[in-house]
Amino acid sequence: MKQYSNAYIIGFAAGVCLVCSIVVATSAVVLKERQDRNKVLDRQKKVLIVAGLMEEGQTITADEVQQIFDDNIRIQAIDLETGDFDSDIDTVTYDQRKATKDPALSRVAPKNRAGIKRVPLKVLIYERVAGDEIELLILPIEGKGLWSTLYGFLALAPDTTTIEGLTFYEHGETPGLGGEIDNPRWKALWKGRSAYDAEGKPAITVIKGAAGPAEDDPFRVDGLSGSTLTGRGVSDLVQFWLSDDGFAPFLAKFRAERSAT
Amino acid sequence: MKAAHKKALFDPLFNDNPIAAQVLGICSALAVTTKLETSVVMSLAVIAVMALSNLSISVIRNWIPPSIRIIVQLTIIASLVIVTDQILQAFVFDISKQLSVFVGLIITNCIVMGRAEAFAMQNPPVDSFLDGIGNGLGYSLILLIVGFFRELLGAGKLYGYSVMPLVTEGGWYQPNGLMVLAPGAFFLIGILIWVLRNYKPELREN
Amino acid sequence: MFEHYLSLAVKAIFVENMALAFFLGMCSFLAVSKKVDTALGLGAAVTFVLTVTAPLNYLLYTFLLKEGAMSWLGPQFVSIDLSFLRFLAFIGSIAASVQIVEMIMDKFAPALYSALGVFLPLIAVNCAILGAALFIVERDYTLGESTVFGLGSGIGFWLAIVALAALREKMVYSNVPAGLRGLGITFIVTGLMAIGFMAFAGIQL
Repeated sequence: MKQYSNAYIIGFAAGVCLVCSIVVATSAVVLKERQDRNKVLDRQKKVLIVAGLMEEGQTITADEVQQIFDDNIRIQAIDLETGDFDSDIDTVTYDQRKATKDPALSRVAPKNRAGIKRVPLKVLIYERVAGDEIELLILPIEGKGLWSTLYGFLALAPDTTTIEGLTFYEHGETPGLGGEIDNPRWKALWKGRSAYDAEGKPAITVIKGAAGPAEDDPFRVDGLSGSTLTGRGVSDLVQFWLSDDGFAPFLAKFRAERSAT
Repeated sequence: MKAAHKKALFDPLFNDNPIAAQVLGICSALAVTTKLETSVVMSLAVIAVMALSNLSISVIRNWIPPSIRIIVQLTIIASLVIVTDQILQAFVFDISKQLSVFVGLIITNCIVMGRAEAFAMQNPPVDSFLDGIGNGLGYSLILLIVGFFRELLGAGKLYGYSVMPLVTEGGWYQPNGLMVLAPGAFFLIGILIWVLRNYKPELREN
Repeated sequence: MFEHYLSLAVKAIFVENMALAFFLGMCSFLAVSKKVDTALGLGAAVTFVLTVTAPLNYLLYTFLLKEGAMSWLGPQFVSIDLSFLRFLAFIGSIAASVQIVEMIMDKFAPALYSALGVFLPLIAVNCAILGAALFIVERDYTLGESTVFGLGSGIGFWLAIVALAALREKMVYSNVPAGLRGLGITFIVTGLMAIGFMAFAGIQL
């Protein structure tokens, strides 16, 4: 076996490190822009799907997504506690997920069953607009399922009670069981049901078993077989975001403004 | 093609399969196979990392001081994995999200380290490159078989397309939920090894 | 607060068991589970290294790699995002801490060292260790949570490997079909154990 001097060994190690670092850094820098765009695009796609402007699994180019998004969707930042719009927030760069963790930009959530620890002070919501008319309110929701935190959107009609859709874009539930929250058939069951009861309390619940059609049974949604706990998580988190700790103040202001005009 | 090259490329597929015969790299084989799509992407990532790591380690094998060879191998492999991860994030974002930490875990996939140490350190670059591809393919083969059965039986789908319509969607197939869970993967690999060893009795243990 | 940590530990040990639910550390899980004694040794070493490296990697990530992590050096470093280097940094820190743990043990606890000695180098490439570090990043654990998660994952792995080793010791007396002997039946037994552990799912404290 050859003998190597210490200088050679250190030099060799430095050389390997140099080459590796150049390769790694190049790939990271070159691809960074594309990755960031993917993340934005991913979020936009989810919004378009829940807004009914795009089919799940439909392949359209990045530019088309951008186009449809710009034409139909308006992003607004709101103050969760008061329900007022907040125009100081830059909606393009604001990262809600990061803000939720930042003590300066979020507060401790009141005790809740949805496993939510902190809520951001400002929240981005999306409005589907046709001209100046608001057709749909798309609200971000999150909370614990069985295994993982579910992130999704709830779409409400302008009456703020009729549910138009529900989509989770990120979760780690068991495929085939809790993961069936991605099933389009199940998601379709939400459409037309009522988020609030006659007294304005959050009412919509995922039950165990089957619920009736939306007209007869407006406050209940079919459970997913084999995933009672995921269903319970979905109920809890939807109710949390519909409550006074969630979007209720904003929705109240929104209704008041609409009836005024 | 030279006989040695052929052997380097094809032996790991059946005779000397890294998963079924050498018991290497099982972690990721089980975790990413709930769907065929993730299995395919993971396979490609592993083949690329193995071929390139074998190639680059083989090229510099005569200059590596033995005292630091493990850390040199690890550095090269980790760098390649980072590049792979970056590429996945840039071009197949959805799948990269599903693979989550398991792309990173290619680094500790014993096959990659094992082949680098056992083959690339002694053999010329071309052979090592082919050995990397061969072992990558052997690994992929198991991944695809497991992914195929898990997706078909667990969700009634193949590559995301519905093959057996589910009861929940108005069809006739009641999906076997066990298949998509961890135990299903263990059973499938166990059965796969059984089948393989019935055809290759020399691989049997006592 | 205590409840929260306890719940996390229970989750890491039983519900999200490293070996049985995430398939991590499988290579050594299968290779070193023939005898209870050696399984105990490996389990102890894994638990130990996980408890040390989990918070260490957390600190490394939070103060060096994460976007804006280096702001403590000065405002000009705020925009640096080195998170793509995490694989390299984690594997390096794991290899280094295994080495250091080995040396410290050799010096101060030679009995323990000779008992665990052979397993320690193996652990550097045990994917449970790297997996834990990556999960900590992915799930945004805090320092306290990381430590509890590391310890819990280690204990979970320990429990699983010792249980499997005990089963395999007994299995010597069973008449297993020739092709299934050894690895094949071990997989199937592991699958059955995984089903057993699934019974813990949904436990919340």
